Amino acid sequence: MIYLRLFISFCIIGVLAFGGGYAALPLIQEQCIEINQWLSMSEFSDLLTISQITPGPIAINSATFVGMKVAGIPGAIVASLGFMFPPFIIVTLLFLVFKKYGHLTFIQDIINGLKPAVVALVAVAALGVLTETLWDGAEVTVASIDMFSAVLALAAFIIIRKWKTNIITTILACGVLGVLWEFVSAFLV
Amino acid sequence: MKKEKPTYAALFAHTFTISAFTIGGGYVMLPMMRERFVEKLHWINEDELAELTAIGQSSPGAMVVNTNVLMGYRLLGFWGAVCALLGTALPPLVILSVVFCFYDAIRGNSYVSAGFRGMRAGVSAVIADTVIDMAAPYLKREKMLYIPIMVLAFVFAWFFDVNVAVIIISCGALGAIFGILRDRRRRSS
Repeated sequence: MIYLRLFISFCIIGVLAFGGGYAALPLIQEQCIEINQWLSMSEFSDLLTISQITPGPIAINSATFVGMKVAGIPGAIVASLGFMFPPFIIVTLLFLVFKKYGHLTFIQDIINGLKPAVVALVAVAALGVLTETLWDGAEVTVASIDMFSAVLALAAFIIIRKWKTNIITTILACGVLGVLWEFVSAFLV
Repeated sequence: MKKEKPTYAALFAHTFTISAFTIGGGYVMLPMMRERFVEKLHWINEDELAELTAIGQSSPGAMVVNTNVLMGYRLLGFWGAVCALLGTALPPLVILSVVFCFYDAIRGNSYVSAGFRGMRAGVSAVIADTVIDMAAPYLKREKMLYIPIMVLAFVFAWFFDVNVAVIIISCGALGAIFGILRDRRRRSS
C-alpha cells in the first residue's frame, strides 16, 4: 500500500535528519530515488529549486512534492506527517526531560554551550543566502556580483537596523522592487 | 494596549502566518519568531527562545518545526504543541501542492524569478540583522568565554562543511566541560 510506504519512508528520513534540512537531502535522495524510484534525478533538482523559492522547511517541501507526485494530495499529507512524526515524539521527550531536569546546572551548562553554536549556524545560513543573492549559482568573483541584489540587500539591511521595520513587509517590498527592476531593465535594453 | 494571550487559535494563527513567509529555509523564521513572540506578544523572552532553539536544533527533523512545537508545549502543553506543529507545517504543504500543479508555468517566468530574487536579497538582510542581535550579548565580560565556541562552530560549519549534528554535540559537550571546570575552580577557591 502506497500511503503506508510513503509514511514509513518519510518516518525514516525524519528520524535520521539530524541537523536540519540540508542534512535530510541525502536521505531523501536515498529513499525516493534509489530505494523506491519515486523521483528521477532531474525531478529531484527541480524539487530543490522549488524548495528554495517556496516557504517552509526543505524536508516538508520534499515530502509534499514526492507525496503529490506519487499519490496526490493524500500522499502529500501522509508523507509530511511521516516526516514530522518521529521528531515530534523526540521533541516531546526532550521537553519532558527538560521540564523535569532543566533547572539542573549540568543541563544549563550544556544549553549554554549550544546557544553560541546556534548563533554560528544562523551566521552560516546568512552567508549561504547572501552568496545565493549576490551570485545566484555563478562563479564567486568580484566581477560577477549581481549589483542590483547587492544594493537591495545592503539598503534593506540599513533600513532594518535603523528603523526596525517589520520583517514580512521588508521582504515583500524587496520582492516588489525586484519585479519593478526586471520591468525597467526590460525597457532599457 | 491590551496584550494578546496565548490561546490555541492564536498560537496556530501566528505560527501559520510566520511559516507562510519563510522563503529560503528555516533560519529565516528565527528573526520572525523573535519579532512576533518576543518583541510584540511577549509570550516568551529572548533567553527562552535561544534555549528552545538550541533544543530544537539538537533534535532530528526541521529545526523550526521543533522550536515551534517546544514553544507550544511551554505555552499551552500538548495541544499547544499540536497547534504549533500544524500551523508551521500547513503553509508549506498547501503552497507546495499548488506550486507543484503550476510548476511548468512558473518556472520560465522571468518576473516571478525576479520577485524571488528581490525577496532573497531582503531575506539575507533580515538574517544578517538577527545574527548581529544574537551575537551582541556575547561581548559582555561574563559571556566572553563562549565566543571561542561560536567561532569554532562557525569555522567548522562554513569552511569544513561539518555536519550540524556533530557541531551541536561537540558544543554541548564543551558547555558541559566549561561547567565542570567552573565548579572545580569554585570549590578549590
